[in-house]
Amino acid sequence: MTQSPSRTLSGPGLYRRMAGASIVAQLRYPGTFVIQAIGNFVTTLLSFFGIWSLFHRFGSIAGWDIGTVAVLYGLVNVAFAVAETLGRGFEVFGGEYVRTGSFDRLLLRPRSTLLLLLGHELRLRPIGRFLQGLFVLAAGLWLAPHVQWSAALVLPWAIAGGAAMFLGVLIGQAALCFITVEGLEVVNVLTYGGVEAGQYPLTMFGRWLRRFITFVLPLAAVCYYPTLFSLAHPDPLGMPTWVGALSPAAGFAFLGVMILAWNRAVAGYVSSGS
Amino acid sequence: MQTPPSPSDAITVSNLRKTYRIREGGSWRGKTRDIVALDGISFAVPKGQIAGFIGPNGAGKSTAIKILSGILRPTSGEVQVNGLVPWTNRIAHVARIGVVFGQRTQLWWDLSVAEGLALLRDIYGVEPERFIRNRARLADALDLGGIMDQSVRQLSLGQRMRAEIAASLIHDPDILILDEPTIGLDAPSKLAVRAFVHELCRDRGTTVLLTTHDMHDIEALAERVIVIGHGRILADSPFEDLRTTILSERILELDFHDTPPELTLPAGASETAREPHSLTITFDPRQIPAPALVAHVGHLPGLDDLRISRPSIDEIITRFYADHAA
Repeated sequence: MTQSPSRTLSGPGLYRRMAGASIVAQLRYPGTFVIQAIGNFVTTLLSFFGIWSLFHRFGSIAGWDIGTVAVLYGLVNVAFAVAETLGRGFEVFGGEYVRTGSFDRLLLRPRSTLLLLLGHELRLRPIGRFLQGLFVLAAGLWLAPHVQWSAALVLPWAIAGGAAMFLGVLIGQAALCFITVEGLEVVNVLTYGGVEAGQYPLTMFGRWLRRFITFVLPLAAVCYYPTLFSLAHPDPLGMPTWVGALSPAAGFAFLGVMILAWNRAVAGYVSSGS
Repeated sequence: MQTPPSPSDAITVSNLRKTYRIREGGSWRGKTRDIVALDGISFAVPKGQIAGFIGPNGAGKSTAIKILSGILRPTSGEVQVNGLVPWTNRIAHVARIGVVFGQRTQLWWDLSVAEGLALLRDIYGVEPERFIRNRARLADALDLGGIMDQSVRQLSLGQRMRAEIAASLIHDPDILILDEPTIGLDAPSKLAVRAFVHELCRDRGTTVLLTTHDMHDIEALAERVIVIGHGRILADSPFEDLRTTILSERILELDFHDTPPELTLPAGASETAREPHSLTITFDPRQIPAPALVAHVGHLPGLDDLRISRPSIDEIITRFYADHAA
């Protein structure tokens, strides 16, 4: 009876079904959702006002104007909001799957674990961060002096690369949960810390940190260089401007590496059972 | 027991071993030690059989269930379930089995039972017509009509277990693995689950592997019991055989309206308890048949009443574990 051909949904088709179901579940308590989304919007916007007041007082800082910084800020927040929306299953993986043993349940489903965890929840709450990021990004483009027409192409590409990179961080964090169960709080340095660091131009950091957010976590590749390219702003560190049109690909490469790490971690779990 | 896999076997296991490596003291650099969870077990379950898989906590049951479910790779040994090796192709394997873990839900807490089943339809790729047919059949057999539209978190444990069983069968698996399916259930729910599993096996020929600590589940369902302890198979036989080989003894209880008299008993019978107004005698019916023993004590002065009973299944199993130091 199981030999009959089955109508198997494609990965994206199943993802849409699971995401839809998770939206139904989240909207079961609409009041909570609205309050949380507004709270998310307000708290993230407040952090931008901190930056804004700094520039209001000093005009420009180390050669950076408020428009450029607003574009950087908007970019990294929108990218992170997308990753938070998609990657909730990985974010809560240690507490909700490993510690409780429900990861075994997931392995009993005839689908890839990545797809099933992506389908854990399409989280609506980060829409607050997403909207305020978009709002600040738009304001930045309005204020910045030399916005290029190509920004219309490069900025969405940079957002995609940034979302891929942050999703990669969440997947890597989940893979570590097989060892540490609860997940390392340290990894938040890469998510929330990454958002904070991405809001500022690369030149503001020391050499060590600059290297880290260029070569280990490709934060500069998905935020800083695309911003320079979009605003025709020369890089004080000497990188050619065109790099910013290509560099968001590094976010996808990072995601790819994290997916490989995830698959290895799952294979390790299956063979060790712990 | 080392028979080659036969096409009529749904599950074949041979020489299955699993050792876990644990770190002493939990530190990263601590010494490691190997713990043997399964020490070379072999058995085969023919298609359409209900096999009980029992053993005390820590005996290796969960490890074996995890390996058969494809979510754990053994250290060595061979397993075929439906002709597939579970851990080499997890996705193809799990598409053809159903698993109920009594302690964990496979439905979605925030979704209704109907929504959860529809999501499982898409995860397993069940065709719409077959889904509608299966859903109707399961809703009828498991009495789900009234709870289809309730969210899973609102269900009672008994209702949830019935929904879980439906969820594990929505894709018509040939093999159903039930891990503690009646844990925490009230008596009517236990009976409903047992009756359903029995029908499933009879009407659809589903092979069932059942682990439980409730020996009544075993007595009601299992044609055969595999007892596991210390990672080895201690017994593998029909339940009645287990009963007669382990604990064939019977118990005779005598009530008196005065102090029970001293008495001499025939060979095969012995006094095991003495109370102010009662006596308990344990006897082996192969040495002294019950009628002969009753005739022997029937004339005792002051005897009010007598009862003969068999040890409960729990006593049998407890005795068995004790005999094997399991």
